[in-house]
Amino acid sequence: MTDGGTAGRPRRIVVCIKQVPRAQELQVDPVTQTLKRVGVPSEINPPDANALEMALQLKDRLGTEIVVLSMGPTSFDESLERAVAMGADRSVLLTDRILGGSDTVPTAYALSETIQKIGGYDLLLCGEETTDASTGHVGPGIAGHLDLPQITYVSEIRIVDGKVRARRTAEDGTEWWGTTMPCLCTVNFGCNRPREPTLTGKIRVKRGGLVTHWSCADVGIDPKKVGLFNSPTIVAKVDTVRLPSRSGQIFSGEPGASVRKLLASLVADRVIAA
Amino acid sequence: MEQFDVIVVGAGPAGSAAALTLARRGFSTLLVERGRSPGAKGMFGGRIYAWPFAELLPEWAKDCPIERRVVRENLAFLTDDASLGISFDAPKMAQGRGASFTALRAKFDAWFAKKAQDAGAVLVTGIRVDDLWREDGRVRGVFVAPNDRVVSDLVVIAEGATSTLVRKAGLKADLEPREVSVGVKETVELPAETIQERFGLSETEGAAYVFAGSASLGLRGGGFLYTNRASVSLGLVVSSEDLSRKKVEIQEIQTKFRMHPAVQRLIRGGKVVEYSAHLVPELGAGMMPRLSGDGVLVVGDAAGFLINNGYTFRGVDLAIASGVAAGEAAEAARAAGGMTAANLKAYERFLHRRNVLTDLERFRRAPLYLKKDRLFNVYPRMLMEIAERMYTVDGSGKERLFDVVLDEAASAGVPKLKMLLDLLQGARSM
Repeated sequence: MTDGGTAGRPRRIVVCIKQVPRAQELQVDPVTQTLKRVGVPSEINPPDANALEMALQLKDRLGTEIVVLSMGPTSFDESLERAVAMGADRSVLLTDRILGGSDTVPTAYALSETIQKIGGYDLLLCGEETTDASTGHVGPGIAGHLDLPQITYVSEIRIVDGKVRARRTAEDGTEWWGTTMPCLCTVNFGCNRPREPTLTGKIRVKRGGLVTHWSCADVGIDPKKVGLFNSPTIVAKVDTVRLPSRSGQIFSGEPGASVRKLLASLVADRVIAA
Repeated sequence: MEQFDVIVVGAGPAGSAAALTLARRGFSTLLVERGRSPGAKGMFGGRIYAWPFAELLPEWAKDCPIERRVVRENLAFLTDDASLGISFDAPKMAQGRGASFTALRAKFDAWFAKKAQDAGAVLVTGIRVDDLWREDGRVRGVFVAPNDRVVSDLVVIAEGATSTLVRKAGLKADLEPREVSVGVKETVELPAETIQERFGLSETEGAAYVFAGSASLGLRGGGFLYTNRASVSLGLVVSSEDLSRKKVEIQEIQTKFRMHPAVQRLIRGGKVVEYSAHLVPELGAGMMPRLSGDGVLVVGDAAGFLINNGYTFRGVDLAIASGVAAGEAAEAARAAGGMTAANLKAYERFLHRRNVLTDLERFRRAPLYLKKDRLFNVYPRMLMEIAERMYTVDGSGKERLFDVVLDEAASAGVPKLKMLLDLLQGARSM
């Protein structure tokens, strides 16, 4: 699978990433039943890291500028710096107190405004969803705000004749879709192996100036459209699934009789219907 | 391509000292560390002699993460169940140029690397340097991956005992088993108050122990214990040659050592929270690589700068002093026209100025002396027998001390002349 040459390549790719708590290290507070977030190390949301790697591979093949965008507190610099150290050209953090508590609706709006301010983009890449909320709303939301064609759950992208060809994962196979640029793709988790930061990349980060902070005012975001009070989602209740304790039972003897006993037992415990 | 005047590989004590010295002298300096943070991969016994700071960071004591200042030195000979000890108590040792302190590398190395950064060095962590970059037959930087190299006029190798760059630079052949020992260390957590009470120390005071004899199960080597604020560092350094020849696992020795009554008394109730192991360069001046080449200098453990004379173990102080000397050598070489092998020879002069090479030379024979089996098997047992007979009063007839010593010497199975020779050699080499 090859691209159709560097003619018509995307000039600028914007990759949207989020910083999330490292999933393996998350624990549920046994008393309050909520996630313990304090002191948990962070990482780039893994599907977003796949989106970034996809962009970096396009850059390796065709040459293009990569701008990484995130929205959140300044602690997100850690992930934006990592993205630059991996090979992105620069990054932008939209950070403002009034954004606090925004759900996916204001987030998609605020990011789309920021992307317009960055400008000059041909391709927008997002992870398929985040590991801490798993909505998958934001990518399509941005495409909606910017009125762009979108292809979701993409595992491979080729550029042919100035157009995007993308392999989309469907429930029972894969589909190849094509669209014009600019467009947005959401990228499958695990479709590639994100590279490690390089020494040269880390030095570039240390030299500074590659992570830009913008406030809502800098971008021209309407304060009445963001924040907790402008988010339609209401978290009514959080439940923790308690796994039932297992009672092991071994049915031995003649196979046919054992299976009948097992089935009877499963029906009695209402695991299966009679 | 990124470019620096000097690249220092390894942000341990030697690397940070070099980077600090270089940055202060106006060199653009890159300090590259393999661990996630400086000290994350560092391993040492637990004590640092502070003298190099007098010149490098006179205000060091203000914010250096000192665990405790050592005010008591202990030397203990162990047999399977008994111990014979010497204790030297000197509060004055905690002050002045001869001061030493206990430390934890994760904190100490982070603090020291920060000093280098404050002076202008660029610190990058989480990157392993795979090779040196060469142009026209001389070192011209470091190589991480095909599209990831950084060039410089000088590379300072501060990679530690298992340095691969020293070999790749052609400054030294592969390590030989006889050149290294294996060091293991357990960090045993104890409440600060317990340490103070048990060891008879104030909140800031610390104690150091050296254990000889059966600590290493008769293998050549010895044990150590240092008190930190709320933990003790307990470990062993054992000849790797003996380990492989006698087919003993070092964990086994460490467990027996930890269970020895004389050690148990000190760590009782403590919880082992960390276990680490490392190679220790053992032959000092006898295993040094070439210390400089075209565009390259070697500092710290990578250069084998370690002195074990049987009662003091020095590594970090020599590492720091060598880092400073490397910085001075770079400055001298720059003034002389460039980082050539000939100009960088000045490094040895600056090492001598701090007695690094001098001390290494002076104790050159100590490792060989300390390699004698008799020292770890015969003499400790003999001392213990003498002590037992000295202090036993059971009505069976008391002997005079002199007779006891002669008798024990005779039954130890070592000719008296050889014993006398061992004693003399010991005094001279240590």
